[in-house]
Amino acid sequence: MLINASHLDYVALNESIRKTDENCELIGCLGQRYIAAGMAQRSIRIDGVPGNALGAYLNGATITVYGNAQDAVGDTMNDGRIIVHGNVGDAVGYAMRSGEIFVKGNAGYRAGIHMKEYRDKVPVMVIGGVAGSFLGEYQAGGKIIVLGLGRASRPIISNFPCTGMHGGKVYLRSDCRDVLFPDQVTVRSTTDEDLADIFKYVSEYCNLFGYDVAQVMNAAFTVVTPNSNNPYKQMYVAN
Amino acid sequence: MRIEYVYPEFEVVRNEARCIQCRVCERQCANEVHSFDPDTGLMLSDESKCVNCQRCVALCPTRALKIVKSDCALRENANWPQGLIKEIYKQANSGGVLLSSMGNPNPLPVYWDKILINASQVTNPSIDPLREPMETRVFLGKKPAKVERDEGDGLKCTLAPQLTLAMPVMFSAMSYGSISYNAHESLARAADALGIYYNTGEGGLHEDFYRYGQNTIVQVASGRFGVHKDYLAAGAAIEIKMGQGAKPGIGGHLPGAKIVGDISRTRMISEGTDAISPAPHHDIYSIEDLRQLVYSLKEATEYKKPIIVKVAAVHNIAAIAGGIARSGADIIAIDGFRGGTGAAPTRIRDNVGIPIEPALAAVDQRLREEGIRNQTSLVVGGSIRSAADVVKAIALGADACYIATAALLALGCHLCRSCHTGKCNWGIATQRPDLVKRLNPDIGSERLIRLMTAWKHEIMELMGGMGINSIESLRGNRLMLRGVNLNEKELEILGISHAGE
Ligand code: SF4
Ligand code: SF4
Repeated sequence: MLINASHLDYVALNESIRKTDENCELIGCLGQRYIAAGMAQRSIRIDGVPGNALGAYLNGATITVYGNAQDAVGDTMNDGRIIVHGNVGDAVGYAMRSGEIFVKGNAGYRAGIHMKEYRDKVPVMVIGGVAGSFLGEYQAGGKIIVLGLGRASRPIISNFPCTGMHGGKVYLRSDCRDVLFPDQVTVRSTTDEDLADIFKYVSEYCNLFGYDVAQVMNAAFTVVTPNSNNPYKQMYVAN
Repeated sequence: MRIEYVYPEFEVVRNEARCIQCRVCERQCANEVHSFDPDTGLMLSDESKCVNCQRCVALCPTRALKIVKSDCALRENANWPQGLIKEIYKQANSGGVLLSSMGNPNPLPVYWDKILINASQVTNPSIDPLREPMETRVFLGKKPAKVERDEGDGLKCTLAPQLTLAMPVMFSAMSYGSISYNAHESLARAADALGIYYNTGEGGLHEDFYRYGQNTIVQVASGRFGVHKDYLAAGAAIEIKMGQGAKPGIGGHLPGAKIVGDISRTRMISEGTDAISPAPHHDIYSIEDLRQLVYSLKEATEYKKPIIVKVAAVHNIAAIAGGIARSGADIIAIDGFRGGTGAAPTRIRDNVGIPIEPALAAVDQRLREEGIRNQTSLVVGGSIRSAADVVKAIALGADACYIATAALLALGCHLCRSCHTGKCNWGIATQRPDLVKRLNPDIGSERLIRLMTAWKHEIMELMGGMGINSIESLRGNRLMLRGVNLNEKELEILGISHAGE
């Protein structure tokens, strides 16, 4: 179903999406928030710029944005897929538990904060460009991949990455010599197993956005995981 | 073994003439205080482990046991009370941050106890709840600012979603993880029978309890544990937890060792991983950001459920509450600094935040001044201890109260303040199956129902005495309150007159 979003506020827009079970195509999207919040099993194609909290609590739907997206894309998402043919703002994938987010370009601050996983639910976020500060803070599970495509001399991620990380993995397509990590994480180069894992998601990324996999994979990756020898246990004494 | 420096706080007094060596105390004490000495045939006790939970006392068949506070004391010193000295020893021994549970035990002023309730005499008859109807029902949610009519002169009746409470009390947030399955079941069943609500806390909702959804408030906290579409849809309302009275400004940390089995399933995180709730929501840095979370939850639940925003009572609470009201929240819950907790750093619990009474009075006043009191309901907790506290809170401006410690006491809690050890002998703040089964949900829910029924009668009697037959006419009716032993500033903030005025 084709929905012209240009004259609808977010309440009306979401209502018109909810009214149908069909796949939807939104045109003229102009910053409406909460698009597809909590929605399941269907696909939504967006032309224009959706507003904050796109696909919050998403429960299985697929969202494709032909443009940029703003803050809090996929907040607390439970399942589904969000594909952004552009950049995303801050706090993309906050506390996401499952599903996939593919961002062609860059991500703002606090990407993937408090991502988690549970059994077969393992969220994945691929950011094609660079990511801002505080990437993967408090990460408790899932995988964050940053490719740094077209970054030139900019660092692949900015300051204070992975603070409080206690689960999951971050893969960075860089040797990360210019990045400072906290003591509570382990930073290492890839094993064959890591590369196989990375390949899965990178080939999907290339597939979606028209890149050459071999070319993208032809670079050093860095793996960040929590350092189990140095946990966050603050020493408490019962009082 | 390191020398502890201090004599144990409690003494186990065993009347040898009564003790029949049945070893019940030994089996009942998860702290392993009691043991049997086969050589002498006598029971022994290691009081250094005793937390004074009174489990052994209650279960000893011959009443042979008594736990008393030890009179072995350090030299008196008004500047250095015993507790403080012992805390220094503990920290010097361990290097650890002091960790406590339940509410602040210090003798700070309890304003409820300095506020007295009015009654009618001669000029305005009191009402006897035995023969006249009394309305204790309250509706929580946004109320329209004015009556609106449609073209045909009919009333426009579309209201924002409301919670309907048979009495103005709800069970406040305690997560599955901090308290046991049986404690949750007791609360859920009692809320259902009483026509009120209980609150999941931030640990998700166990699949067995979805059927009590009509009486459940589901919580969304900074860790977003167990939050997904079905969870949001299951509850009657959604509470965004920004803060907690016992530990304003800090988050929570349930160690990986406690994330096992059902707890892991309900929180939806892998077994053995730490459950860290960051101190702030990392996507909320302003009222506008809060508004975004409020509305994303409304969108995800199609505007069918009221959204509660819970905050701790802190210095600027009136301005903060004004902001929350404008964020679109339907209900504001304010938790005072005497509120309980499953575990909080002692220094934070005992020193951060403000009491609920002035916080409530200031918030109600501010929302009225701004003309937005109708836009949200106010729920207060931390700590409401009796029907009288409830009546005083409502007269100060609350729509309803949250109780937690009082509910746990009904379930058998003996306020030993050692919930953080996970060895609650009363089956409440523990996940150990042998301890959990000590709390029978049939009995637990019955006890909660009896407590709340008794409070409801007391509320009706207190209202009747004032000549008020509906809780609605008590709300914010500060003329019904007088202060004793309060200075002018305190009276001014509480918005009440002194006794005799
Ligand atoms: S901890 Fe409780 S059960 Fe154990 S000895 Fe002390 S009072 Fe008795
Ligand atoms: S819940 Fe249990 S451990 Fe906590 S104070 Fe009550 S009796 Fe003690």
